[in-house]
Amino acid sequence: MLKLPIYLDNNATTPVDPRVLETMLPYFTKHFGNAASRNHPFGWEAEEAVDYAREQVAKLIGCDPKEVIFTSGATESDNLALKGVFEMYASKGNHIITATTEHKAVLDTCKHIEKLGGEVTYLDVKEDGLLDLAQLEAAIKPTTILIAIMYANNEIGVVQPIKEISAIAKRHGVLFFTDGTQAVGKIPVDVIKDGIDLLAFSAHKMYGPKGVGALYVRRKGPRVKVTAQIDGGGHERGMRSGTLNVPGIVGFGKACELCRLEMEEETKRISALRDKLENALTQLEESYVNGNRESRLPHVSNISFKYVEGEGLMMGFNKNIAVSSGSACTSASLEPSYVLKALGLGDDLAHSSLRFGLSRFTTEEEIDYTINAVKETVLKLRDMSPLWEMHKEGIDLTTVEWAHH
Amino acid sequence: MAYSDKVIDHYSNPKNVGTLDKNSKNVGTGLVGAPECGDVMRLQIEVDDATGIIKDAKFKTFGCGSAIASSSLATEWLKGKTVEDAAKIDNMDIVEELSLPPVKIHCSVLAEDAIRAAINDYRTKNGMEAMVFDEKRVH
Repeated sequence: MLKLPIYLDNNATTPVDPRVLETMLPYFTKHFGNAASRNHPFGWEAEEAVDYAREQVAKLIGCDPKEVIFTSGATESDNLALKGVFEMYASKGNHIITATTEHKAVLDTCKHIEKLGGEVTYLDVKEDGLLDLAQLEAAIKPTTILIAIMYANNEIGVVQPIKEISAIAKRHGVLFFTDGTQAVGKIPVDVIKDGIDLLAFSAHKMYGPKGVGALYVRRKGPRVKVTAQIDGGGHERGMRSGTLNVPGIVGFGKACELCRLEMEEETKRISALRDKLENALTQLEESYVNGNRESRLPHVSNISFKYVEGEGLMMGFNKNIAVSSGSACTSASLEPSYVLKALGLGDDLAHSSLRFGLSRFTTEEEIDYTINAVKETVLKLRDMSPLWEMHKEGIDLTTVEWAHH
Repeated sequence: MAYSDKVIDHYSNPKNVGTLDKNSKNVGTGLVGAPECGDVMRLQIEVDDATGIIKDAKFKTFGCGSAIASSSLATEWLKGKTVEDAAKIDNMDIVEELSLPPVKIHCSVLAEDAIRAAINDYRTKNGMEAMVFDEKRVH
């Protein structure tokens, strides 16, 4: 039986897998100890659980458990990586290279670093959302200390050429940090093979709990250090103080283990559903997939339905289907998605986009229902759209003089 | 953000969607907004020559639910009004009727702009001077 509402906003967050929750529960009431309490069994139990989870997390990304720093989530990890490297390597330089399509947790942190005297280059991406590697290499200067490029984009799912980027960084003796929030647990991420020096990721995007994440910090070849941004009891090898969120970390570990074991099978099933959805919806006239379709996460599809506005479109079915839109009609700025605009999409197409994010729990029935509901609403709204009528009359909308308000 | 019941009703069952003959002397057309801003409204009125009363009104809107509801409501209000009375419709009346939140006030302004543009299109077509309205700008 189809159960409504359907959740297709899994790039925003995912439900906790029941198996993850089950693993976490004893750590709230029974094994509630502080992992830093070294002198009694309560502390030992908690520490043991954290150590085990650290191994589970490390195994998913192919690193040593000692290289995993637990944080409150990817935003904190992004902050720690960027600000921590900026401070730690101040004597070497002050220049950071990133891209305009990064998550706000990276972009706003870079803005902060600029205020502290840092210099940041924001690279444009190509029309398909991928980075221009020649442009990246050309941006490197003697003062460059860090390249910060996300593994996969949260709005369009485009996966950057990580190995090539890390090779460029290595060639120039620059550290490479990647925000892997959307990628880790969904596609194979291996810090050794990928040449990553710092990697940020989060539990709640991979069926784990909210409020816990990690930063991988490489210990060998090169040994990377970051200046702590939260001072206190010296937890996490001094890089991140604060009592460890033991139940959260236990859940994070379990979530990583499940992703590692089930990723391959899951990817086949989810990407088939994604493709079914995408192929059906792009049969509608004037609908376009945003971003590179090959180098992409298996569970994401971002589609623009020209001549209908995204928020109005969502209203047609958002009681029953949860997705998100690149339209920003609700925000005070009225600016549509900066990521879609960075691909060179006109504001009109950016306003007309929907992002579908599938998950481990998405069923074929849900996809069929979604296809019908979205199609129906697009057609209904196009009947109501003056732009669609003009388009059908053969009027080139770019030649119309609009009354900008 | 939750929509008011009236917005949902207009969105689900929009009143007076359609197109009038823009070349007819009795029809005034107002096209306002821009695709880049995420909303475009086209509002049309058909005026009875003898009485000066708006006997029909139609709209088509590209935009969010509140923009669609604002224009649907506007066409309802326009029908049966004289052109002079139609010119007095204030965007805040629409805000109140639809319980629009502050971020959606621009939708009502757009509807007001569309009404006024349609009226002036009708007037200039029929040899009258365009009416001068106070500028209302929320963004």
